[in-house]
Amino acid sequence: MLQIKNVYKTFNPGTINEKKALRNLNLTLKDGDFVTVIGGNGAGKSTMLNMIAGVYPVDAGKILIDDIDVTRLPEHKRAAYLGRVFQDPMMGTAADMWIEENLALAAGRGTKRGLHWAIRNKQREEFKELLKELDLGLENRLSTKVGLLSGGQRQALTLLMATMKRPKLLLLDEHTAALDPKTAAKVLELSQKLIREDGLTALMITHNMKDAIHYGNRLIMMNNGKIILDVSGEEKKKLTVEDLLHEFTRLSGDEFANDRALLTK
Amino acid sequence: MIGFLNALPGAAAQGIMWGIMAIGVYITYKILDVADLTVDGSFATGAAVLVVSMTGGVSLPVAMILAFVAGSITGLVTGLLHTKMGIPFILAGILTQLGLYSVNLGIMGKANMTLSNRNYQLLVNRKEVYSSLVISIIFAAVIIAVLYWFFGTSMGHALRATGCNLAMARANGINTNTSQVIAIIISNGLVALSGALTAQWQGSADVGMGRGAIVIGLAAVIIGEVIFGKIFKNFALRLTGVILGGIIYYVVITVVLNLGFDANYLKLLSAVVVAIFLAIPYWKKRWIETRIKEVKEVEEDAAD
Repeated sequence: MLQIKNVYKTFNPGTINEKKALRNLNLTLKDGDFVTVIGGNGAGKSTMLNMIAGVYPVDAGKILIDDIDVTRLPEHKRAAYLGRVFQDPMMGTAADMWIEENLALAAGRGTKRGLHWAIRNKQREEFKELLKELDLGLENRLSTKVGLLSGGQRQALTLLMATMKRPKLLLLDEHTAALDPKTAAKVLELSQKLIREDGLTALMITHNMKDAIHYGNRLIMMNNGKIILDVSGEEKKKLTVEDLLHEFTRLSGDEFANDRALLTK
Repeated sequence: MIGFLNALPGAAAQGIMWGIMAIGVYITYKILDVADLTVDGSFATGAAVLVVSMTGGVSLPVAMILAFVAGSITGLVTGLLHTKMGIPFILAGILTQLGLYSVNLGIMGKANMTLSNRNYQLLVNRKEVYSSLVISIIFAAVIIAVLYWFFGTSMGHALRATGCNLAMARANGINTNTSQVIAIIISNGLVALSGALTAQWQGSADVGMGRGAIVIGLAAVIIGEVIFGKIFKNFALRLTGVILGGIIYYVVITVVLNLGFDANYLKLLSAVVVAIFLAIPYWKKRWIETRIKEVKEVEEDAAD
C-alpha cells in the first residue's frame, strides 16, 4: 500500500535554524492497516504526513502508494490517492462555500475540473445520505456556508470529504487536537467507523496515548525523525500508557517531554 | 441642478461600463483574494486594441473580441509571473502594468488615438446617451449571466476554493496555480472589454486612461458590498451589486463635479474614499474588540 523508503528531510539546511526533520525514514503499510503515530513535538510526525501528501519535496528517498512512485508528483495530483484531515478545523474546508459545494469539491477529487455543473441533483441526494450518517443535522443545511459551522462540525465534514472517494490512504494529522474532549471523542469514533466501513488504510497522528492504543491495529512511535517503536496485532492490544512512556525513555534515552501527552494519558 | 439631472443617464452608462471593469476586479479581489494591479494597464490595452483594430478596418464585434483576448493575455502574463517565476502577486501586477504602458504605446504608435462615431458604427458613444445606456445594461447582463454559469461549473468551483483556502483546494486535487491563472485571465479580459467600451464612449483611446482603474474598480466593489451586501446574497445579484456600485460611484463623482469640485483633485478624492471604505471593516473589528474588554471588566466587578 504505502512504502516510505529512506526518506530524508532537512528544513533550512545550512542555517542556524537547520532542523533535520526526517532521518532515513522507512515505513511500509499493508492494505487496511490503521496505524496510530505518537511522538514528542518535533519528532517528525507531521513532516512524515506532509511528505506523503506532497506538501513539500523530500531531500532523498522514495514514496510509493500502491506501487506508484509519487515522490515527484505535485500535491494536487497525489490528492487523487489521498484523503486528508488537518489539525486546524479551518484548514480542511472552504469557509465561504456551502456545505454541498464543499462536498462537490471533494467528490471531484481525481477528476478533471471542466465546464460541467459542479453539482447535479442526484448528487445532492447522495450528499444528504452521507451527512445523515454524521448525525449532526447537516443534511438539512446543504446551502449553509461552512464558515458558520462549529469546529467539530467542520472536522466531521472534512472527514466525510476525505473519505467519500475511498482514498487509498487516509492521513489524519492530529485531527481532534483542537476540539473539546467530548467532540474529539465523537470525531474519533466517526473516523474509526468510516475507516472500518470502507476498509481504508489510515495513518493517524495523535498526542493522546490512550487513543493511540485504543484505535487501529498498529502503533508507531517517532523520535528525532525516525521510527523508534513499531507494535501491531496482539502485542499492541496489550500495551498500556505506562509501557509506552517506559519504552520511550528506554529507546530515546530521554523523558517524554511533552506536557500534552502526559496530561492526556 | 438641471445640469446634474441631464448628466445622470451619461453617468449611469459610464458607471455600468466601469462596473464591468469592477466585475473583473471582483474576480481577483473577492474570489481569488488577491489585489491584481494589472488592471491599470489592461484597461488601456483593451481601448488601444479596439481603436487600432477599428481604424484598421476590422469590424466592431471582431475588434471587441480582440480587445478581450489582448486583456486575457495581459492577465496570463501576470499569472505566469506569479506562479512560474515566484514573484509576489502585487509585484507581478505592477510589473505587467508598467510593461503594458510601452506595449499600449506600441499598439497605437502614439499616446492618443481618436475614434469618431461619424465614421464608425459604435456600440456606445456619449452623443447617444440613452441608446448607450441600454446597450451597456444588456452588455453587463450578459456578462453577469455568463459568469453566473461559469462559477457554478466544476472549474468555477475550483477557482472559488483556490481563493478561499489554498491548502484545502490542493488537498482536494485542485491545481491552484492553474486556477489562479485562469481567474486572472478572465478578470483582465473583462477589464479590457470595459476599456474597449470606454474608448467607444469617449471616442478615443489614451495610454494614460487606465491610471487608477484598480481604485475605481475597488470603489465599485466595496460600495456595492456595503450598500447591497446584506440583501444581495446570490452570486448573480452580488455581481449586479458591483455594477450598481460603479453607477453610484459615477453619479457621486458627477454630483461632486457639478458642485464645483476641482477636477484635478478627482483621483485624490477616489483614493481617500476607497481608503476609508477599506478601513471600515478594520475599525469595526477594533471597536468590537475594545467593547468586549469593557464588558468583561464589568462582569468581574459584578462577581466581586
